[in-house]
Amino acid sequence: MPKYLILKHYRGVPAGTVNDHPMEEWAPDEVDAHMQFMDDFGKRLEASGEFVDAQALSPEGAFVRANDEGTGPVTDGPFAETKDLIAGWYVVDVDGWDRAVELAGELSLAPGKGGRPIHEWLEVRPFYGAPSGTED
Amino acid sequence: MDVFDAAVLRPLVPAVIGVLVRRGADFAAAEDAVQDALVEAVRSWPDDPPRDPKGWLVTVAWRRFLDGVRSGAARQRREETVEAEPETGPVETTDDTLRVFFLCAHPALTPASAVALTLRAVAGLTTRQVAEAYLVPEATMAQRISRAKRTVSGESFDRPGDLATVRRVLYLVFNEGYSGDVDLAAEAIRLTRELAVLASHHGPDPETDGLLALMLLHHARRPARRRADGTLVPLADQDRSLWDTALVEEGVAVLQAALAREQRGEYQLQAAIAALHADAPTAAETDWVQVVQWYDELLALTGSPVVRLNRAVAVGEADGARAGLAALAEVDPALPRHRAVSAYLHEKDGDLAAAARLYAEAAALATSAAERTHLTKQAARLHH
Repeated sequence: MPKYLILKHYRGVPAGTVNDHPMEEWAPDEVDAHMQFMDDFGKRLEASGEFVDAQALSPEGAFVRANDEGTGPVTDGPFAETKDLIAGWYVVDVDGWDRAVELAGELSLAPGKGGRPIHEWLEVRPFYGAPSGTED
Repeated sequence: MDVFDAAVLRPLVPAVIGVLVRRGADFAAAEDAVQDALVEAVRSWPDDPPRDPKGWLVTVAWRRFLDGVRSGAARQRREETVEAEPETGPVETTDDTLRVFFLCAHPALTPASAVALTLRAVAGLTTRQVAEAYLVPEATMAQRISRAKRTVSGESFDRPGDLATVRRVLYLVFNEGYSGDVDLAAEAIRLTRELAVLASHHGPDPETDGLLALMLLHHARRPARRRADGTLVPLADQDRSLWDTALVEEGVAVLQAALAREQRGEYQLQAAIAALHADAPTAAETDWVQVVQWYDELLALTGSPVVRLNRAVAVGEADGARAGLAALAEVDPALPRHRAVSAYLHEKDGDLAAAARLYAEAAALATSAAERTHLTKQAARLHH
């Protein structure tokens, strides 16, 4: 079965479908409900035999590249801009693209402020697989 | 322990499950009991090898099954089943083994579930080995297998199944490629050999033989398909001296016997094409006209878009690039390898600019990293 990355960017949502209040504006039990939803989502994937990995990333960090003078790495950041922050991901092993999209759609319904779904954008990307045994 | 695991133990698994089910165990419990017996065998056989490995496994697995019945939640129901069908000695028939193949490939299962269940209950792999082969956590594979077992648990063991569904599952296993420490291609060949023997008790089964031939002929090319650095070598560029001639000979012999039955199916036809490649000392000496004829027959039989695409390549070799492009015009452009074939035919036709552009596009659409690298280098070659 093919594997897909479901990437959480914390990109927010397009105007009109909005429930993109930052988490610190939610009521504590709304935060709990959101975390519970994510936890349950992972458990459902495990039970269905589709779970591969789930990770959350700290917003801290930096960009790194080699120094022009070859004297070791240079870093840039950290960046306060959160528009394109990668927050975390699920990796799923499913029957195909349609199922991966369906799962991302479910994940996008995680509850936010007022208990309403946040409708966040999630990025779905296929993994490269192994070359098949009958194609050369 | 490897010698027990690979050579002696695992081929016995479906037969032992068959015996337990025949004695009244339900399939899921029988399968669990046999896995427990395998663990016990791995522990005790090195010091105390049994004279009759299968009899030993049946005895230990049956004891495990009864232990499970006595302590299990479904105790009452199972005891009734067991009492209703008293132990009848080692009644084991090849048909019971075949039914384990059928059950694991049951059409109610998704392809991924059928593959997982087949690798455990027919191939005798552990859940961990199956998980490693498919690069998922062991817990995930355990869930997939137990869901699959639940799905087929209500199915009658006595109803004959469909060999075509079993062939499809084994073909999927063969096609999976080469990850983990279990060689899935070799495993698929072993299981297909066994299926061919079991099926032959009911008369000739040329399509299962055709599938076996197809696997052998492709497996023969495997040593030539990758360079030492892991990059792909297309068929035309392969060092044919690396092909396994013993596998080719066996594949051709199996295929010829199957074709003589005059009941052609898609695996026989694919194998016939593979045999023509195997027969050519160089790519240029391939009998492309005959390859196209087999593709025509395969297309008439299956109507498969992928066959139509591969046929366009063969037409390009048999009748020239223009004819190949004309054949390609009738193929769904959304197919994963359409752009790569188009690039190849455009290059052959002398349109290098279009070919370079198409190779780059094809690279972006590749479904494996090795294929992407190969196509990117094709584009780069034409830019220089």
